Amino acid sequence: MSVLVVVECDKGEVKKSSLEVATYGAQVAAQLGTTATAIAVGEAIEANLAKLGEQGISKVLYDNEPRLKDFVNNAYTKLIATAAQQEDSKVIVLANSNIGASVGSRLSVRLQAALATNVVELPKTDGGQFTVKRGAFSGKAFSDVVLSGERKIIAVKKNSIEAQHEAGKTAEVTTFSAQLADADFADAPSQVVMQDQAGGILLPEAERVVSGGRGMKGPENWGLIEDLAKALGAATACSKPVSDVDWRPHHEHVGQTGITVSPNLYIACGISGAIQHLAGVNSSKVIVVINKDPEAPFFKAADYGIVGDVFDVLPKLTAAVKELS
Amino acid sequence: MKFLVCISNVPDTTTKIAFTPDNKEFNKAGVQFVINPWDEYALTRAIELKEAAGSGTVTVLNVGEADTEPNIRKALAIGADDAIRVNAAPKDAFFVAQQIAAIAKEGAYDVILMGKESIDYNGFQVHGMVGELLGIPTVAPAMKLDLSGNTATLEREIEGGKEVIRVNTPFVASCQQPMCEPRIPNMRGIMTARTKPLKVVPATTDTPRTQVAEYALPPKKQGVKLIPAESAGDLIKLLRNEAKVI
Repeated sequence: MSVLVVVECDKGEVKKSSLEVATYGAQVAAQLGTTATAIAVGEAIEANLAKLGEQGISKVLYDNEPRLKDFVNNAYTKLIATAAQQEDSKVIVLANSNIGASVGSRLSVRLQAALATNVVELPKTDGGQFTVKRGAFSGKAFSDVVLSGERKIIAVKKNSIEAQHEAGKTAEVTTFSAQLADADFADAPSQVVMQDQAGGILLPEAERVVSGGRGMKGPENWGLIEDLAKALGAATACSKPVSDVDWRPHHEHVGQTGITVSPNLYIACGISGAIQHLAGVNSSKVIVVINKDPEAPFFKAADYGIVGDVFDVLPKLTAAVKELS
Repeated sequence: MKFLVCISNVPDTTTKIAFTPDNKEFNKAGVQFVINPWDEYALTRAIELKEAAGSGTVTVLNVGEADTEPNIRKALAIGADDAIRVNAAPKDAFFVAQQIAAIAKEGAYDVILMGKESIDYNGFQVHGMVGELLGIPTVAPAMKLDLSGNTATLEREIEGGKEVIRVNTPFVASCQQPMCEPRIPNMRGIMTARTKPLKVVPATTDTPRTQVAEYALPPKKQGVKLIPAESAGDLIKLLRNEAKVI
């Protein structure tokens, strides 16, 4: 009956978004009067899995099959489905990541479960109904969605719940085998290419983001963005026009048809704030806009703003951050 | 090669979102609807692959009521050969996936493409559901798709990188940039689209698993606090001491 939480690991570390998912799963379990069990996917090490106790996880299942290190849709689906059946889980929680959404959608059919993605809050379970709040219309709205049926799968949006850390609590790590066969790895990747990340911070996981638009005038000026990002421990991003003209790679494009981010701090430099761009960033906790045009629509969506030239302002900000530390 | 491209009818990306007074439905009044931008990548890539092979067909599929037909005709004008509309309002992702799976099975399509997600519901679910219903692989989200005989080579975006995946037909892929440069209809396309076949079929009787109880708009921002450019460094102090984000 336990709530099953899917935990993504990378190079031995549990991803930040999965710590949030573990916290979410433990809180749902408390609501339902049961415990939370995690199933680990990706490259995990036992010591870090045991630490999921800090997020309220009681037990962690781990399949030591080496081919599970990379994301394989069919194999992950079977692994999680087997764990869900073993644990008789009625609620499965995963991250609203490319992996989570790929696996979650297959699982929902296999387990005949109702699926909600992009979920931003804990469910309401009173009155016999199971309701979740999720982002819709590309960040321009929210919807309360009622999930029907015996089983539910919830994909939790990044940075929408804070990961708990109750020091000293450990989870029991148990070896688990889903008896995966060669056929389950038919869609395994033949090659995995990781990007070079500025300062090693992944944009989708970043707590702080510094983003540039056409106001940066050219790719040769991105050093200013990178300097501030490095000082802040932030990831770098860009607007659609910037990735369209190849100043920056596509994977940095934030907006309605790029990636949606929800960091604690989003600093927009030389971005006017088209509605499509706002859709990708407006769930950020604090938005800072730097633009020389006081009429730029982005100021209406901002918490802090500086009307000024990015080439003058950015070095001042970088210097001020360095002074702090 | 038979391509099935699933398109969704969504509010234009510049739409200001509003709801009916009871907040139960999206307010369509005065809203321009377009082909879901993500689906345009799927459509254009299918047409490109068909042209490169010199044979094959591209069928567009939409689950929607009659008001979606202008955008189905637009897809035909861009270069699809024929179209199918399942005559039903899309209730939820599972409902739509069941319709697509039924059509795909009946028509024995080799490649089933769609956009990463719709920009209105943002489910990012249909691809995997269709793959699972048909028992075939799904690659989502795909940034690149090439075909050689019955084998496809795709690049899938994962957080922080990409994977190269080879699968045999049939398969499902959900598409995103930079897969191709989406095409716009030309005059000849618009003329020929009028006479291309558009078949309307009823929905299967399956029920949805989720239901929207209520929509809400995000809370309004309190207004921007402006810092003079000359003392830009003060912003950093505010971010630390007031906003507490650094």
